[in-house]
Parts: sequence; C-alpha cells; structure tokens
Amino acid sequence: MRYLLMIYADPATMPQSEAELGAMWAEYGSFGNWLEETGQFLGGEALQPVTTATTVAVRDGHRILTDGPFAETKEQLGGYYLISATDLDAAIEAAARIPGARTGRVEIRPIMEMG
Amino acid sequence: MAALERWPSDGIPANPGAWITTTARNRAIDRVRRARTLLAKTDVLARDAAFDAAHAQAAQIAAAEDELDPIPDDQLRLIFTCCHPALAPEASIALTLRSLGGLTTPEIARAFLVPEATLAQRLVRAKRKIREAGISYAVPPADRLGERLDSVLRVLYLVFNEGYDATAGEALIRRELCVEAIRLERVVADLLPGEPEALGLLALMLLTDARRPAREAADGSMVRLEEQDRSRWDAARIAEGAALVARALAMGRAGPYQFQAAIAAVHDEAATAADTDWPQILGLYEVLGRLAPSPVVALNRAVALAQVAGPAVGLAAMDELAGDPAMAWYRFYHAARADLLRRLGRDGEAASAYDRALALAPNGPERTFLERRRREVAVSGSAG
Repeated sequence: MRYLLMIYADPATMPQSEAELGAMWAEYGSFGNWLEETGQFLGGEALQPVTTATTVAVRDGHRILTDGPFAETKEQLGGYYLISATDLDAAIEAAARIPGARTGRVEIRPIMEMG
Repeated sequence: MAALERWPSDGIPANPGAWITTTARNRAIDRVRRARTLLAKTDVLARDAAFDAAHAQAAQIAAAEDELDPIPDDQLRLIFTCCHPALAPEASIALTLRSLGGLTTPEIARAFLVPEATLAQRLVRAKRKIREAGISYAVPPADRLGERLDSVLRVLYLVFNEGYDATAGEALIRRELCVEAIRLERVVADLLPGEPEALGLLALMLLTDARRPAREAADGSMVRLEEQDRSRWDAARIAEGAALVARALAMGRAGPYQFQAAIAAVHDEAATAADTDWPQILGLYEVLGRLAPSPVVALNRAVALAQVAGPAVGLAAMDELAGDPAMAWYRFYHAARADLLRRLGRDGEAASAYDRALALAPNGPERTFLERRRREVAVSGSAG
C-alpha cells in the first residue's frame, strides 16, 4: 500500500544554528537511506517555509491568489515522504523514525488507489 | 434479555457465565449466518467480506466445538485489530462488542446512551478505516505487543467500567457488558499468560464483579462497600482474582492494573468492613499514584488516608486536589468530600458538597444514595 507521510512542525522549534541544521539533515539522510534499504521509498522532499507559499482558488472562472498557506496554523507542513509499506503498522514504523516526529507530528494518509 | 427471562422459572444454571456467553455467541452466529447468505448475494457487503469473514470464522468454529473458547488465535487477532490505537477508543469499543461480544448495534447504543444511527455510523467508519488505512488482521509482533496490548486492555477496561458504573443504561445491558468484558479479557489473559497486566486486569474485573450481587438495595439505591452484605459476594471469583494478582505480581513487572487488582483483593478479603486492611490499601494507592498518577487515584488515596489517619487528615489531602479542574467536574470528589465533612459534623459544608455531587450525578441508584445522605445533613433553614 502507498502512504503519504506529512511532516508538521512549529517553525519556532526548528534548529537555528548551522551545526544543528547540519545534524538534522544528516538524520534525515539516514532516514531516507533506511527507506531505500527497506524498499519503501517512493519519493520525498523538504518544503520551503509557508512564508514562500502561494494559494490558488478558482471561483466562477476567476483565479484568486493569496500570499501564504491555505490555513494559518502554528504547526506547518515542512516536508513529505511517499512510501510503499505492507500495512498501516509498517507506515507507522516509518513515520516514527522521521526526525521531525520527535518535536512535531507526522500525519499518515493512505493513497487513494484508482483503477 | 433471554438469560434473565428464563432463570426465575428454570432456576439459575450451574454456570451462569457460560450460559450467557453461549447465548450471546449463538445470537452472533445466527447473525453471521444471515450476513453470509446476504454476502453471497450483494456486492456492497462483499467489500467488508475480509472483516466479516474473520468474524464469521471465529463464531462458526465456536459453534462447531460448542465450547467457551473457539479458535483462540482468531479471537486474539480480531481483538488486536478492533483495538488498534489508530482507531478512536469509542470506535474500538463498538467494534469489539459487535464483532466479538455478540451484542447487537441497538444493544451497544443503549449501553452507551448513544443514538443507534450514530453507533451504526461509528461501526461503518471504523471498518472503513481498517480497510482503507490498511490495518492488518494480525497479532502484533513481540516488539510491539506491549504497546498494542495497552490499547486492548484499555478498551476492555472501559467496557467493564461502563457495565459496572451506575451511569450506564439499563441494568440488564450493563450486566452483559461486564460478562463480555470478562469473557474477552479471559481470552487475552489465557493466550498471553506472560503478560502480567493482562492477568492484572482480569483479576481486577473478577474481584470487582464479585461484589455485584451486594451492590443494590431493595429500594434500588446503591449500597456502599462498607455497608454491603459480604455473604452475597462471589467467593469463587474472589479466590480466582486473588490468585491471579499474586501470580501477576510475582512476575516482577509492576503495572497499574495489577495494583488496582491488589487493592480490590485487600477489600474483598476482609471478612467485614471493619477488618479492612486500610494501611495496606493506602500503601498500594501510593505506589499506584507513582505508577499511574491520576485525579481518581489521588482521591482514592485521600479516602484511604482518612480511614488510617482520621477524616480531618483525609479532608486536608482532598482539599489539596481542589485546584485540579478535573476534580470540579468529578462527582465522586464532591461525594467523598461531603462524606468526610459529614463525619466531622460540618453539616452545612457537607450539604453544599452533596448538592454539587448531585448536580453531576445521573439518575439511578447513585442519586438515591446521595439524596438520602443529603437529607441526613439538611440544616434547618437552608434551601433544599
């Protein structure tokens, strides 16, 4: 089964110093390697902060653009992984290994498989 | 309820627990047979085929063996699936009772005072989540067993409490909840004998349920522990429960259910209320308070303290809890305070505390008891 793991974090809790950031990326690197080794990795990226976001809606044929995320929340989407896992327990196992799960939260959503 | 309608004329069967569970299982089997016939005919139901097949298999084998324990592994797999932590507790409770407990949807709805349509939706959503999110029908691997077992025990504990607590629905439904909780907990404990908390919870249920026959007075009011006729307590359950606690504690992996069971055992083994070993109970509550702190435990500790060191000391401990917002809404807190105030002769304050307890108390045996106490401390000239 495929799952999207969405990593939410309060920007205030993100590492600030070069050293801390370096350490965090190293941890994410290890996690990505583990996903590859276990044959679960399908995709994944870190996202730029919500200050760089643009939201688009189309109503009555008109495009409405807003600066920022679709909802202002304290915890923000910072990145994602698309994985292939045997079942929910395997997806939970993976999500729990994400470094961001220790300070923020990871939402697990099963992919709606079509056809 | 079939069981209780028959007993007065037939006489109580030798093993009433078995009779009830066999009845419940037969009803479950009948329902499953009807569902399977329908399954063969309807595509919509086939989407739930995997789940219902597991249920049907467990129930069918029970019918074939005509024993209390059908293929245990299937039951265990089903319990762990229904109680997966990815499901909300109320969904797990409904699903467990529906799939394993032989209760119908209307019965579960009545037991938890929820509209039937709401409960039916809850079941549909839970099954959908199991299917769409990919919750496996399996006993968890050893390294996850402890945490998954916590969910199972919590669900069964909630079911038992709902059955035992006076706030639940009709008396007959409540009794069936306790029976089902005990039956399912037995399955878990029998199949996981190396898990002391599983044994501890079974012991707690048995030791608590043993007191059931003495809990209700002729006028329908609640009889408190101190006033219960102990000759009506189920001695066999007490013996079994006490043995289970001892076995669990001997494993050396302490846990909250074991300690709650130990406290129940100390109560149940006292020949009279006056013989109760309150210092031991106080000590057990203090350990429990460190293992699994909660307002309930803190309150019960204060009650035990009052028994050991007098109502004034107990009241002081209770007043220290007043700052906790959870206590303001906890009717037992006000009832317990009222009791100590009454014993100290502070009737006016006792009356106020009983009023607050009554404001939070549901109808039924508990209310009747509180109203009687309230009348005893009524101060002339104060409002009723």
